Amino acid sequence: MNRITIGSALLSLTIVAASAGQPAPAVPQSAAHNEVFINNAVVMTVTHGNIQNGSVHIKDGKIAAVGRNLKAPAGATVIDAGGKYLTPGIIDSHSHIALDDDVNEATSPVTPQMMMIDAFDYQDKAIYRGLAGGVTTSLLLHGSANMIGGQAIVIKHKYGAGRDAMLFPGAPRSIKFASGENPKRVYGSKEQLPSTRMGNFAVQREALVQAQDYMREWTDYEIHCYRADELLTEMEIAKEFGYKVRAFHHALEAYKVADKLAANDVAIATFADWWGYKNEAWDAIPWNAVISMRKGVRVAIKSDSDDLARRLNQEAAKTMRYGGATEEEALRMITLNPAWIIGVENRVGSIEVGKDADLVIWDGYPLSSYGVPEKVLIDGDVYFDRSLPGFGMPRYKEGE
Amino acid sequence: MKRTLTVLGMTILICVVLPGSASAQQAIVLKGGKLLTVSHGTIENGVLVIENGKITAVGSAEEVKIPANARVQDVSGMTVYPGLIDSESYLGLTEISAEQMTNDLIELSDEIMPHMHVYDAFHAESELIPVARLNGITNAIVAPENKDTLPGQDSFIQLDGKSSQEMLLVRDVAMPLNFTGEQRRNESWEKRKFPSTRMGLAAQLRQAFLDAQHYAQDWADYEKKKSEKADDKEKKGPPSPPKHDLKLDALLPYLQGKKTIVLAAQEPSDLAAAVNLAREFNLKFVLNHISHSQPVLDYVASLKAPVIVGPIYEAPKPQERYDAVYSLPAQLYKRGVKIAFASYDAHNVRNLPYAAGYATAFGLPRDEALKAVTLNAAEIWGVDGNLGSLDAGKTANVVVANGDPLDISTDVKQVFIDGRQIPMTSRQTRLRDEYSGH
Repeated sequence: MNRITIGSALLSLTIVAASAGQPAPAVPQSAAHNEVFINNAVVMTVTHGNIQNGSVHIKDGKIAAVGRNLKAPAGATVIDAGGKYLTPGIIDSHSHIALDDDVNEATSPVTPQMMMIDAFDYQDKAIYRGLAGGVTTSLLLHGSANMIGGQAIVIKHKYGAGRDAMLFPGAPRSIKFASGENPKRVYGSKEQLPSTRMGNFAVQREALVQAQDYMREWTDYEIHCYRADELLTEMEIAKEFGYKVRAFHHALEAYKVADKLAANDVAIATFADWWGYKNEAWDAIPWNAVISMRKGVRVAIKSDSDDLARRLNQEAAKTMRYGGATEEEALRMITLNPAWIIGVENRVGSIEVGKDADLVIWDGYPLSSYGVPEKVLIDGDVYFDRSLPGFGMPRYKEGE
Repeated sequence: MKRTLTVLGMTILICVVLPGSASAQQAIVLKGGKLLTVSHGTIENGVLVIENGKITAVGSAEEVKIPANARVQDVSGMTVYPGLIDSESYLGLTEISAEQMTNDLIELSDEIMPHMHVYDAFHAESELIPVARLNGITNAIVAPENKDTLPGQDSFIQLDGKSSQEMLLVRDVAMPLNFTGEQRRNESWEKRKFPSTRMGLAAQLRQAFLDAQHYAQDWADYEKKKSEKADDKEKKGPPSPPKHDLKLDALLPYLQGKKTIVLAAQEPSDLAAAVNLAREFNLKFVLNHISHSQPVLDYVASLKAPVIVGPIYEAPKPQERYDAVYSLPAQLYKRGVKIAFASYDAHNVRNLPYAAGYATAFGLPRDEALKAVTLNAAEIWGVDGNLGSLDAGKTANVVVANGDPLDISTDVKQVFIDGRQIPMTSRQTRLRDEYSGH
């Protein structure tokens, strides 16, 4: 999992330190954990079905046991879920929150040296509002003005824990590419290259040619594009230069070429039902996710929006309405599949022993109009509790 | 092969459409469903009769006599409810948001544009309309975008009809007065112009209403002179009429209290300024948005005006709790305020029921949430004689779905508008079928 950022490599032709991913926090995340025991829950594991009247034993921030007939260890803090649903924390694989609107260095179409961590506004309340909607992990991406944007960061929504503690330790680094109308509009309006899709891909190829010496080191790419033809072109370019596209973001026409995406093992991070906001979103249909999934594509539903990030569970529920995804399939689109896109699927995204204890207790059925998070735990700590007054955050005090 | 498929598709389509289109005279009976009447509770195993575009009977299987020769549809296990009403949309005014040539949303050359009528731009063939009605939305307010204080007048539409004439049920049904700060011309110091502050917006509005009052007086004086005795006229010569002014003309029915202003504000200060202005000119109003007026909800209740609330997805202020806006509908309901929901959208009008549903997760009773997208809306827009509930005598705008109207996973199976069974197709279903081998 050696991922080299293509950033400085491209422009100054020096390799950025080949790290295994995001640095571990400089300060300890928290003191030694108390043991936590959640019982009396409908545990929606995502990977091995639902467990009625189930329990989850958490130790040192990790899931230590999951099952039906577990006993609360002596001294563990017991949370009675009251028969409610327990899911993994929601994972948003496409977000621009907490970046203070500094998401597009739209002064050059190739800016891989942009590091989103330099714009990370860890005090942005959008992180809290996502948390209150059950989101525990987000991929914060550069915008789509540039063909090659910048490098993303992965955060956990530990609002109030401080900047470094919010960075997902060891998460892979990834880079955002974009094509289509956004770069066309941004540079076309300045009468610069690229103002066409031909220009888009020429700029991209040119940058890749410059960086070819480093290609063998690269692994994953997150690519913003909409139209079916662009999805195909991007996969051709990837083949041409020998790299692997991890996921197409938006990909609203994926349903037209889903078999090709599946054959290349490329995932999509898409909207449940947004459409018509621009030309390249005109053929978007709410069945995109399920048609693509049925043809073998790994599908995530993402927010790309401060607003939708607060209720991704509802967005996932739309895949049940449009195309008949099962409950587990729908849930997977906002948990394990986005975790795979981000490259943290071994750490989060399902309720399994050894995974981070990022969990949500829901008041109401989560895949409906009525499901609302009651408690949200990250690494075994309660970060949101709806029953508390004020912001409902036991680990945060305003003004401190 | 492709050809065969298309022909097959056509055949299926015809099969589906024919009964609907042939039903203008033949009674349609929906039998065995759970009827959510909105006006008089829920009827299990109910019967609803549609004749000549109207609902002619609603009741239990024992009560309702099924007319002879009726086309009876068994809708057991289904929920039947009145068509949903969106209390603010931009349907028919936009097709592709980023493509300016497809947008007729707002005139920005002046802030005072009451003589803009959305019916002049309403595009009946918009691809967005079938998408919305497939999820049970049968009626909507179409409003101009809110970037002017007086951007023009709303129309109340039906989401099916042969032409815009048929779909525009009530033209100029109301007029928005937007006072949310977004109407200021203050984007940058370079482009700044009057009115760049709320003071400027208010002064400009006040002047417009004063001008309209004077204009009305001028016309009244003229009419009076015209009717004066002939000998007076001979002395002074025939009176000359005032010059017609479309803007001021458009304001008159609102100044006279004959029509309703939709007063939009967000924060307590905006709200107080807007309400005071409305009172200064005796305007009849309903409130819109008030998403950040939580501290003054008792004052809102004291105004005795209905509220189009939301969008409830409006982000709270940084100092507000995450659910400050989600819970607003419940807070208003508790204070006895009549509420309605709106999508404030065009492409996403279909998601209107989910906003109502989500409000129930934050304290609004479920039947009140349904009422807020049906009967309350009909009452606010003055169309409750025909719409908003399942009652005999009302227009047959009726939805059949496989569950709770406000829940996301519910699939809408049939939509009737004016008693016509609407084909469950849109540009989107056609794309779906083309690519998924349906």
